[in-house]
Amino acid sequence: MRPPVRREVLRLSVNGEERELLVRPYATLLEVLREELRLTGTKHGCELGECGACTVLVGGVPQLSCLLLPAQVEGAEVTTIEGLADGATLDAVQRAFMERGGLQCGYCTPGMVLAARALLDANPSPTREEIREALAGNLCRCTGYAGILDAVEDAARSGR
Amino acid sequence: MGTAPTVARRDRLGLGTSPLRPDGGPKVRGEFAFSSDLWAEGALWGRVLRSPHASARILRIDTAAARALKGVHAVLTALDVPGSELYGLEFQDQPVFASDVVRYMGEPVAAVAADHPEIARRALELIEVEYEPTAPLVDPEAAITAPPIHPEGNVVRHIRLRHGEDAEPGLPGGDGLVSVEGTYEVGMQDQAFMGPESGLAIPDDGGGVDLYVSTQWLHVDRDQVAACLALPPEKVRLHLAGVGGAFGAREDVSLQVHICLLALSTRRPVKVVYSREESFFGHVHRHPARMWYRHSADPQGRLVKVEARIVLDGGAYSSSSSAVVSNAAAFSSGPYRVPNACVDAYAVRTNNPPCGAMRGFGAVQVCTAYEAQMDKLATALDLDPVELRLRNALASGDRLITGQVINGTAPVAEVIRRCAAAPLPEARPHPPAMALPGGAGRTADPARVRRGVGFAVGFKNLMYSEGFDDSSSARCRIEGGAITVTCAAAEVGQGFVTLVHQIAEDVFGTDGVVLAPAETATVGSAGSTSASRQTWMSGGAVDAACRAARDALCGRVAARHGLSPEMVSMRDGRVVSLGREVDLTLDEALAGDVVDESVTFRHAPTVPLDDKGQGDAHVSFAFAAHRAVVDVDVDLGLVRVVEIATAQDVGRVLHPLQVVGQIEGGIAQGVGLAVMEEILVTDGLVRNPSFTDYLIPTALDMPVVEIAGLVEEPEPGAPFGAKGVGEPPTISSTAAVAAAVRAATGLELPRVPIRPEHIALAAQ
Repeated sequence: MRPPVRREVLRLSVNGEERELLVRPYATLLEVLREELRLTGTKHGCELGECGACTVLVGGVPQLSCLLLPAQVEGAEVTTIEGLADGATLDAVQRAFMERGGLQCGYCTPGMVLAARALLDANPSPTREEIREALAGNLCRCTGYAGILDAVEDAARSGR
Repeated sequence: MGTAPTVARRDRLGLGTSPLRPDGGPKVRGEFAFSSDLWAEGALWGRVLRSPHASARILRIDTAAARALKGVHAVLTALDVPGSELYGLEFQDQPVFASDVVRYMGEPVAAVAADHPEIARRALELIEVEYEPTAPLVDPEAAITAPPIHPEGNVVRHIRLRHGEDAEPGLPGGDGLVSVEGTYEVGMQDQAFMGPESGLAIPDDGGGVDLYVSTQWLHVDRDQVAACLALPPEKVRLHLAGVGGAFGAREDVSLQVHICLLALSTRRPVKVVYSREESFFGHVHRHPARMWYRHSADPQGRLVKVEARIVLDGGAYSSSSSAVVSNAAAFSSGPYRVPNACVDAYAVRTNNPPCGAMRGFGAVQVCTAYEAQMDKLATALDLDPVELRLRNALASGDRLITGQVINGTAPVAEVIRRCAAAPLPEARPHPPAMALPGGAGRTADPARVRRGVGFAVGFKNLMYSEGFDDSSSARCRIEGGAITVTCAAAEVGQGFVTLVHQIAEDVFGTDGVVLAPAETATVGSAGSTSASRQTWMSGGAVDAACRAARDALCGRVAARHGLSPEMVSMRDGRVVSLGREVDLTLDEALAGDVVDESVTFRHAPTVPLDDKGQGDAHVSFAFAAHRAVVDVDVDLGLVRVVEIATAQDVGRVLHPLQVVGQIEGGIAQGVGLAVMEEILVTDGLVRNPSFTDYLIPTALDMPVVEIAGLVEEPEPGAPFGAKGVGEPPTISSTAAVAAAVRAATGLELPRVPIRPEHIALAAQ
């Protein structure tokens, strides 16, 4: 009755680093990031792709890591929240979230920041309604979103 | 010690400004450690087996197969609880594990610890529990007289409130009186914080345990855990791990006892992380309510009498039901002058999910009813709804229906006026599809969209009431070059950690203080992060501890230099005399010594409500008004909340950005209760324990929030003059949205959440 011990070799590129891992083939990307790579900035919120807390960028596109198997992202560049800042220098989205009340408890923040970064990369000057639409897959229970929308507008103004 | 030294005020960082949150950097970098992010070498994974039945007898539990599974290190049931079998926030009435009966769906029956979460899940499947299902008691009204489902009976508390000369049931006498009547309902709301319950327990060599957990009140958790483990409290050390939102759901114990039992029995660290589904079963919800009301007023619209019967469904265990029903009764007439009141409020046990604390508890439910009544009364009197509210608005010096005179500030008329004066948003002639009711579904026919405007006012007590010994402790230590503040107040996202630095800035002239981790071993209780109380209580405690430490240090320096104490103060983090003859760094001022001051802060005492629901039960009150603008597709019943304008009584704004953040976030939860959020329960069985089926507002659902006024009338007795701001945004925002939907549709809509079928099917 032991769970399958069979593990598969997996090559992932995470935050610019090539990683070779032995993982259970049924583990989700979220589980591999959090438990194998200890990149706990990516959050678990619902396991069903409803809340967006586990958002990572795959090739610059926001994806829900709780719904992905790592094999699906082999060969693509995965960016987690830990990979967004340039060393000590925060991304403009990160800075704006701090300054504009874009976070309270902070649990949705990693996914929200990455989704916002992807939006601004694709559309550097979004309207407020476009920001709402782009972030509608990321739930926040603390802020009522206004601080988040303000932050994304600020980040758009200041560039990267 | 003489008069307090004056502190040079630097407006950049102190109270009243918006410095950055100290936890903001780690949070945007993904480096902030939430309770689910913790790990210890050799840790096992814990999981809990829960009842699939709302009501059943347990005939047999067999754990042999689960124990035999390789990789399983412990399988625990009620037999393995060494101390108290029961726990609870107010009354110990809830079993750690059910053993003879289960009283709600999701009640814990057993727990396992295993090498891997998957093994733990398989072990749960191997535990054999033989149930004999029994008919669940699910009607809260019937519960009042039904055979008890719990040894303590079904009625947790009945408040019989009688106020004024005409306090018995029945219409008041008098010429030209107008009466309106209605029955209202509120569904079961979930706090739906984003970070599910989680924790890490690490046993020590001496039979004690360290628990890292997300909670709202470390010390009350510790006491409950210690009692169940049969350990002295000092052997159970709780540490606050990062909290992914709370909103009341983390007041009650969830996994705390189970995880410590598993860690102690395996002598290994144990980690537990609830799934979202388990989170829905693992914490209490907002009490559903059924409320009958009759309001009577004179022809000028002055309230003469309010009668009400309120039944709150507390579910299987008491949690904070007795405080919730106390609030529901005390605030049942709203922030209005009401000379006569006859209110019966019940909190009852049923086999529905347990209910307890959620933001604004007790006050939220009754506000949806009394504000609907005020609108009915305005219609009956042919008065403007805002004008009717102004005519009855409470003011300082007025008496509540509990007989208590409001001695503090009560700018009710001011919040009403400021909110009502906000300009209305203009209807867009050609709204984009996303702005229509239905949003992404693009289902609304713009020609069939009706706009409605609704207004509501609400209020609530701040801090714990009814004689509760409500305190907060803080400690300030100056050693070497460092000032360290210790306080066990739980930071749950609200920004208490920012406030500590602002207070330190004002006291020491520098915000360069270290806020030590919140835990139980080094400091006394800070009380709960709830009831909008931490700014007042723990803010007050931190302020007092910092001042005591500063005054002690300045006093020593003054004595050493032969100066009177008032000649020495702190500026920019240095100890200086008036003429700067003395100008020392902290290290120099200490001269090798240490300053360590602890303070326990208490608010003014209160008393319990008496047998007529009368008494000075509350410390202070906060008020808010909300005006909602909605667009409704009357054919499909879809509602788009366009805007909420609000004015709130805040006493004094200490951090503008964080105050507005509380208001916007609280309104989001109020809007959710108005038109989206409900835990659906059929025969005691929860039908929607997921974010697929329990919907909370997204960025697209959330209306524009217009802050029409932050009314600053400093509250006497409050540190800094500030009132708590967390709960009032949630109280009347729901009622305002419901009123707006009624205005748009002409329907009575006595129940929230208002669902599409309530509009679309009623309109046929």
